[in-house]
Amino acid sequence: MNILWKKSATNLPFFETAIELFIRLCGISSIIFVFGIFFFVFREGAGFLFNGLDLGQFLTSIEWQPTSLNNKRYGAFALIVGTFSVTTLAMCLAVPFGLGAAIFVSEFCSPKLRETFKIIIELLAAIPSVVWGFIGLTLMNQMIIRVFNAPIGLTMLNGSIMLALMSVPIIVSIAEDALKAVPDSYREAAEALGATRWQVIYRVLLPAAKNGLLAAVLLGAARSIGETMAVLMATGHSVNIPSGPLSWIRTLTATIAAELGEVARGDEHYQVLFIIGILLFTITFVVNLIADLVIKGIRQES
Amino acid sequence: MRINSRIDDTIRYLLVVLACVFVMNGCSPKDDTSVAKTDTIQFIIKNKGSDTMVNLAQAWAEQYTDVSSTASVEVSGGGSGTGVAALINGTVDIANCSRQIKPKELELATQNTGNVPQEFIVGYDALAVYVHQDTPLDRITIPQLAEIYGENGTLTKWSDLGISHSDCPSDKIIRISRQSNSGTYFYFREALLGTSRDFRIGSLDLHGSKDVVEVVGRTPCAIGYSGMGYATSHVKMLEVATDSDSPYYPPNLENVLAKTYPIARPLYMYSLGEPTGEVKMYLDWILSAEGQQIIEKLGFVPLESKPE
Repeated sequence: MNILWKKSATNLPFFETAIELFIRLCGISSIIFVFGIFFFVFREGAGFLFNGLDLGQFLTSIEWQPTSLNNKRYGAFALIVGTFSVTTLAMCLAVPFGLGAAIFVSEFCSPKLRETFKIIIELLAAIPSVVWGFIGLTLMNQMIIRVFNAPIGLTMLNGSIMLALMSVPIIVSIAEDALKAVPDSYREAAEALGATRWQVIYRVLLPAAKNGLLAAVLLGAARSIGETMAVLMATGHSVNIPSGPLSWIRTLTATIAAELGEVARGDEHYQVLFIIGILLFTITFVVNLIADLVIKGIRQES
Repeated sequence: MRINSRIDDTIRYLLVVLACVFVMNGCSPKDDTSVAKTDTIQFIIKNKGSDTMVNLAQAWAEQYTDVSSTASVEVSGGGSGTGVAALINGTVDIANCSRQIKPKELELATQNTGNVPQEFIVGYDALAVYVHQDTPLDRITIPQLAEIYGENGTLTKWSDLGISHSDCPSDKIIRISRQSNSGTYFYFREALLGTSRDFRIGSLDLHGSKDVVEVVGRTPCAIGYSGMGYATSHVKMLEVATDSDSPYYPPNLENVLAKTYPIARPLYMYSLGEPTGEVKMYLDWILSAEGQQIIEKLGFVPLESKPE
């Protein structure tokens, strides 16, 4: 309660106090929501997590047989590998394009072109993921079959391309902001010393905007890990350890989406799906934590 | 189709909301006319469940608007499990199910709602085994399918089946399956493998009956299973035999009615308790000659008792 009242002076009119209280509530609501969601997800999965689930099997086995009649197995290893492999490949595709586009927009563009670019990039971000999934299922499927002579185009590569297309706008807009935030005096100083444009970008701008660029990449990655619909439709949705970009895979998120709708509430299978939710929560938490530590480390260094 | 039914739902909700607005605004008796029209539909039958049956249920619901002026039917898909779950929660009037309700679900529904779900067989569906149209294979046996789909199965290549598949250079059989909660998945697994063996992991688990046929139609290496009503010109339905000594039968009306086609199953509708009023009238109509005609038109098999 203390943080709610800390600053409200006694002589403020009632209206002011009420507004202040409201804004404070808005401020801490996100914390409440995050903990509320975590609590709910944890509560639904906890029963089976601590009592019955073989955690070793869950993390290391690829046998995902949740609806077997007499030998149910909940091995999520293939799903974990699927999520990480598709995200990694997506980032390999998205980061060069995203950062490149951000550098172009912030450093080389004429102001008029820049505005057009930004609008188009924002448009790209507004396309719903199910539409990307549909493009993956139809168009990209055919293209991969034709280009790579693959038997089927619903593959990790397909999902990665969709994810890359989805995270590029995020990376571009945040990275562009980060580059814009570098003071012009840096550029001027570098140019005065006789640096070429490339040297200015490579030696001055990129190191100066390091934190922001890292944040851009990590937010793009977080978007990829959490994405569901597009990977459900484009990756083939198959429990499989991928042997290359043309293997089909299944991700953690897609498994929840495909199966949660049809399980009985409170069932073992239902609880396992929530445990997958806890796992996803943990993964994003660790990613964010690493990001924070890295950024802090960079800050202390400079 | 599912999206269509969602849109339909939305439109219906909007209509209801609009009607409410009219009623609220129309406190004066002059506005009678706008109320009168929505007034005639007094009952909305909520119908949910099997993905296999969603096209069928939709067709019934559409046709039923011509039959009844007092009730309309709201259809949504999601899978047999979804339908049964809704029945257990008491949020639907009729659940569509492409498998029989499990004893545990029956018990739960009775416990939760106080009504015992009543079962109606409304028709039959033959599960066709689909391959790409260019696959040089016309027939398959159940044990062969079991070795293709089952755990530790021995058939993984087209050459294992004794054919050379020139359009599939990798020779690997790509298994197309369904998400593990679908009624179709359950039925196919039981028909192939009984209750003691599971499907091998690594199949592509698609999310709808139609998707299976579509993907098989684009993939020369693939084999898949789905209702025979979903056939397109890009796929081929295999003739199926119970074992290598038995005759092969193509999936069609006669063979399902004669029970010679080995992977055919009944389609169920469940009502909460003995159906009454509008729900009973709807179910009676579905089982009548007129309702059964629609089932045949959509590629399913009508009940044998009323073929003509």
